[in-house]
Amino acid sequence: MNQPAIDPTTYAELQATAGADFVLELVDAFLDETPGMMSALRSARATADAAGFRRAAHSIKSNANTFGAHTLAAMAREFELRGLDADPPPDDAAIDALQAELDRATAALTGLRDG
Amino acid sequence: MAESGARLLVVDDNKVNRLLLARGLEMQGHRLALAENGRVALAMLRSEPFDLLILDIEMPEMDGFEVLEQLKTDRRLYDLPVIVTSSVEGLANIVRCIELGAEDYLSKPVNAVLLKARVSASLEKKRLRDQQKDLVRRFATSEVAQDLQQSGFSLGGRRITATVMFSDIRGFTTLVEQQSPEETIELLNAYYALMFDAISGQGGVVNQMIGDGLMAIFGAPLPLADHGAAAVRAALEMTEMIELLNAERVAAGKPPIAIGIGIATGEVVAGYTGTQARATYTCIGDTVNLAARLEAHTKVAQHAVLIDGPTRACLDGAVPIDALEAVQFKGKAQPVEVFALRVG
Repeated sequence: MNQPAIDPTTYAELQATAGADFVLELVDAFLDETPGMMSALRSARATADAAGFRRAAHSIKSNANTFGAHTLAAMAREFELRGLDADPPPDDAAIDALQAELDRATAALTGLRDG
Repeated sequence: MAESGARLLVVDDNKVNRLLLARGLEMQGHRLALAENGRVALAMLRSEPFDLLILDIEMPEMDGFEVLEQLKTDRRLYDLPVIVTSSVEGLANIVRCIELGAEDYLSKPVNAVLLKARVSASLEKKRLRDQQKDLVRRFATSEVAQDLQQSGFSLGGRRITATVMFSDIRGFTTLVEQQSPEETIELLNAYYALMFDAISGQGGVVNQMIGDGLMAIFGAPLPLADHGAAAVRAALEMTEMIELLNAERVAAGKPPIAIGIGIATGEVVAGYTGTQARATYTCIGDTVNLAARLEAHTKVAQHAVLIDGPTRACLDGAVPIDALEAVQFKGKAQPVEVFALRVG
């Protein structure tokens, strides 16, 4: 994990185009929404809901991209592309790894927000 | 800025995306509304006007593809410009959006500068389209414009059952001689404004204006369930409008005017006549001739509104009617039953 959880250049660009105050609001939305997406991903896997699984992965990817959470985005994209019938299928370890990367991005964003 | 103050709808299930897109567009001076899925978005589009739709693809309940499909089949929404913003994977999905009618595709995260340029371009295109539509409407009535938009233009007619109305101002020539041309134009404009309101208010279409006369069709180019009764309602309203206009004219020291209206119902041939370059929507046939004859006959019969038997058969008895003597009109083999509306 040598890449920063949040790419400082992307984050700075976001602040420049949308306004620093507004980005704080956006960070709050990210912190509010992503835990729900993670649990949607887990329950979709548990119930073999392929479309739900793909959609949850897609949402995590999309949110990660906005803030420059490149590693998180790449991991979520893998889930989205490969889906539930990947070989080997996504296991607990893979989901936990995604969770860990999300936690890292969350911590970094919280740090940036509370500056 | 041409696009200033446009009304945009952003549809995205993802709150971060929704907020970010809205922020960027608000900073451009647009007014924004937000929806979290396709179903909510369609309901909003059907209840209030928007200039542009910014649409996500991957959404629960109703996805972007389905929204695009629904827009295509909705007469009032099919030309609403749509910009798809998505991080959906695969070229095939992007192609599908464009094929379903999306104007543009932007991948997420959306670049703010690119978004601004695409939104401006889409709004400009919409403005030109609207301008064109307005122009067609001004010269062709909205029903004909709609018919043209839906079926395209082709010369030729089709047989339909409709009601035709002719109306003109009694003693117009004498009136013209007594007043200045400016006064005549003013009178005609007031007269046409009132008559158009009464006719289109009942679903009729004025398709010809010649001097002080006009021809209106009920039931073409778009079908109208009770065309006969609608034409009679319009005629009653027209005579009321003329009474109001006369009250104003008399108060201003001008002579009152009187109108004559003839209405006939039956088969007509309706369609575009003219040339490929210049054409007009019109109706021809016996029914049209009869309506014109009835209108001319109002002078002789001393009744403001005359209708034929088939039109009378469309009425439910709520309108008081007098049966007049049958008339042998020029060009008709048999005498025609004539009925007068009791007005005033």
